[in-house]
Formats: sequence, C-alpha cells, structure tokens
Amino acid sequence: MFRNVAQLVEIAEKENIKIAEVMIRQEMEVTERSRADVMKQMDRNLQVMEQAVARGLEGVYSHSGLTGGDAFRLQAYIQKGAFLSGETILDAVSKAMATNEVNAAMGTICATPTAGSAGVVPGTLFAVKEKLNPTREQMIEFLFTAGAFGLVVANNASISGAAGGCQAEVGSAAGMAAAALVELAGGTPSQAAEAMAIALKNMLGLVCDPVAGLVEVPCVKRNAIGAANAMIAADMALAGIKSRIPCDEVIETMFRIGQTMPVALKETAQGGLAATPTARRLEASIFGKPLNKGE
Amino acid sequence: MKYRSVFDIIGPIMIGPSSSHTGGAARIGKVARSLFGRKPKWAHISFYGSFAKTYKGHGTDVAIVGGLLNFDTFDERIKTSLQIAKEEGIDITFQEEEAIPNHPNTARIRLGDEKGELELVGISIGGGKIEITELNGFELKLSGHHPALLVVHNDRYGAIASVANVLAKYAINIGHMEVSRKEKGKQALMTIEVDQNIDSSIIDELKTLPHIIEVTKIMD
Repeated sequence: MFRNVAQLVEIAEKENIKIAEVMIRQEMEVTERSRADVMKQMDRNLQVMEQAVARGLEGVYSHSGLTGGDAFRLQAYIQKGAFLSGETILDAVSKAMATNEVNAAMGTICATPTAGSAGVVPGTLFAVKEKLNPTREQMIEFLFTAGAFGLVVANNASISGAAGGCQAEVGSAAGMAAAALVELAGGTPSQAAEAMAIALKNMLGLVCDPVAGLVEVPCVKRNAIGAANAMIAADMALAGIKSRIPCDEVIETMFRIGQTMPVALKETAQGGLAATPTARRLEASIFGKPLNKGE
Repeated sequence: MKYRSVFDIIGPIMIGPSSSHTGGAARIGKVARSLFGRKPKWAHISFYGSFAKTYKGHGTDVAIVGGLLNFDTFDERIKTSLQIAKEEGIDITFQEEEAIPNHPNTARIRLGDEKGELELVGISIGGGKIEITELNGFELKLSGHHPALLVVHNDRYGAIASVANVLAKYAINIGHMEVSRKEKGKQALMTIEVDQNIDSSIIDELKTLPHIIEVTKIMD
C-alpha cells in the first residue's frame, strides 16, 4: 500500500502503469473485490456526478435562497463568447458551481472528497471532456487518480473543514483534480504529483467560514476557484514546471496549518466571513435568530 | 491508516450539503439503529463542537434522525426525516452542548423503548467517514464500514479465547479487535471487526459461552 505521494509515483513508474491503475489494484486487494465490481461502483459515482452537473446547469436554488443559478448564469455568459479568461476554464468553473448548487439545495451528489468540495473534481472532468474526448473508462480512471491522491491527503493530513479548514476540503479537491487532469491529458505520474503540489500550495491557509453554518457562502464560489486553480496547476505541470517543495511536504504543511488554525475558522460559523455584519443579518433572517453571538 | 478505500474519498453518494455534518451524521444514526436492533420509541441527541454550532445549517439533525430511521446517506427521505419520525411516533429531542469534545464533529445519541436503552458517541472525521468512540459507557473504535461483533462479557480469563475459538471454527477471520473495560474484573466489551457477515446461529452459539453477557452484530 502506498502511504504518500512519493510511493504512489514510484509504484506507477516502476511498474509502468497509470496512477489510476495503482489505485484500482490496491482497492481490489484491500477490499477483496473484483475489478469489474470496483469499476462498476466508480461508474455509479460518475453517473451521480453527471446528473448533479446537468441539474445544476439548469439552475437550482437552495432553501435559504443564499445560492443558486450562478452555474446557469456563467454558461449563458460563455455562450456570448465575450469572456476574458478561457472557455474550458470557465466551463469547469460553471460545472463545479453546478454541483455545489445542487448540494446546497440538498440534492444528490457524490462527495469528492467531501460534499462541500464536491464540485471541483467533476467540474474539471466534464469541462476537459469537451476537449479531450475521453472514453467512459478514462473518465472512471480520472476518478481513481483523484481518489489515490485524496487518500494520501486524508491519511496524512485531513479532508475535514472542521479539522483543517477549507484548505483541507477545496484545497484537497483542487490538488486531486489537478493531478487527475494531468494524467488524463497524458502527463507522467510525477507531473501529476507536481500539479497536486502546485494546486494545494495555492490553497494553503484557506479557512472554513460558512455563513450561517450553511454549505453555501462562500463554499460554492470556493469550488469555482478551486476548479480554476486545478486547471491552471495542471497546465503548469504539463508545461514542465515543478514545485520547489515536494508534494508530500505540501500536504504535511496543510496538516500543520490546520492544526494551528483557530477553531473560529474551522466550520463553526464563528469567524471569517460568517462573522461579518451581513452574514449575521442573513443568519438572523434564515433562522429567525442568530446562531452564534460571536466570540 | 484511517482511510483505506478509494470510495472513502470518491463517495459516498449522498444528500447534501455536508459529507461530515450530513452524510456522516446519517451514518452515525444508522449505526445506532443497527446496534439497537429495532425502531426506538425515543431518542435524545446531543451535539458537540462544530456539530453544535452549525447543525441547523448543515441538516445534521435531519440526517442523524434519517439514520435512526435506517435510511442510507443517499435516501431522499432524509430531508423529511423529522416529520417521518413524528408520524412513526418516535419522540426526538436535540441538545446543543457547550463542552469541548476531543473531535469537533461529535454526537451523543441516547435512544430506547420500553425494553431497553442504548447510548453511543459517534464522531464524523471527514468525507462521510465516521467512528463510534463510546458505547454504553465503554470506549471503543468502530468504523461501521465492516461487519462487526460487539460482545459484552465478564472481565475474566478465557472469555476472549472462547469467542475467538467459535469464530475460528466457522472460518471467520478477525480484521480488527479491541477490548475495553470500565473497571477491572467487572463488565468488558469486545469489539471485533470481521471480513464477512456473521450468521445469526453463530451469534446464538456465542451467547451460550461462559462469561458472555450480550452479543450484537453490525452488518456492513
């Protein structure tokens, strides 16, 4: 079993297989299941992701009214063709938001690695799908690659906002997506690791400060930026750019930052954006009274 | 290693909005239901840490009650679980605790009916993964991801060996095992995670062993 990214890359390189394949083989071994069974379960996850994106792009709104309709809004903007950044990146952003808008509306999603950060991985996958035309099997492999990197983060740091802040959720998701994008685009295992390191570095220190304790503001837009960040980190790694700090040390850094992050900034709705006057007003109007009186 | 399967990371399929506060909470509720073995008449749920601060926003309350109703994380009925519990005559109360827990996402569930009661503490460690850390006052560590046996027994020599012997007789492999006791020589709890589901006839056989007080199984 691989315990860190260095080992994961080493196995893939030594056996001359994809990271997705390392993950599939390990899953079969650990859970004593057949390849067909494991692939089928991931295919089911992929279906749920597709359905969530499709539903979100039509425009879905949460009960609180705090979020919804932005994935649809951005798609309409892309159609006009007058955007500043790029079509694929904006498509990824829109599809990431679509998933999180469905999540905020208590719709059905697949946690990747968590529900609050569920938009990044499918958002980037379905955006590059238009460009790379992957087979169904390659799309399933994309999720195994993302999962392999996520497994290392979960075991060596955290994927919980309450334990490590948003860097542990959207940060991890962005790193996972960046690595999977590299592999899907034909990059090497070590380039995938570089992409993960670059993406996660840019998310270090990000706090979890949900307004009114809802997984809506700023979560939906953090998934948007997480997806954009993943796309850029993947492109940088594919261009041959390396992270000066190795991926495993970046993950360890994320853990240490999470440990020293104040509780008010770890999914308690007590600090950060959740403590702004506007957030407190929204909280009072949604629940009839403020959830927290502050520090 | 806490996370072993790729599906702990890519998954679970669930009703939003939070894997820890909604998905994990539903799983804690479902383990409580499974351990109790039947529909409870009442449940008192205490939230600690981040759970206490944000449970309304995250739907932790509806999720944990959904679990008590035996719903899976992806069951749409979770959204209306409080209403369903009311219709089924289950009396549910919630309490926000101020105490600082060891883990920020902690819930304590006390539930029961006229025949018995059960109390457990569950933590939601991220991505929908949970651990049960306390059962009826015994400390334990149970992921709820494998079939498991919980054996309450007298804290005497030979009790553990006799249980292991019965499992060996039926070729059941033990993946993880822990023993916990409140006081030396009194009652103790064996937590045994196994690789396959265990037939109820084996449970009955375990119950006949000396010093064994109670045997409960949890399905995968």
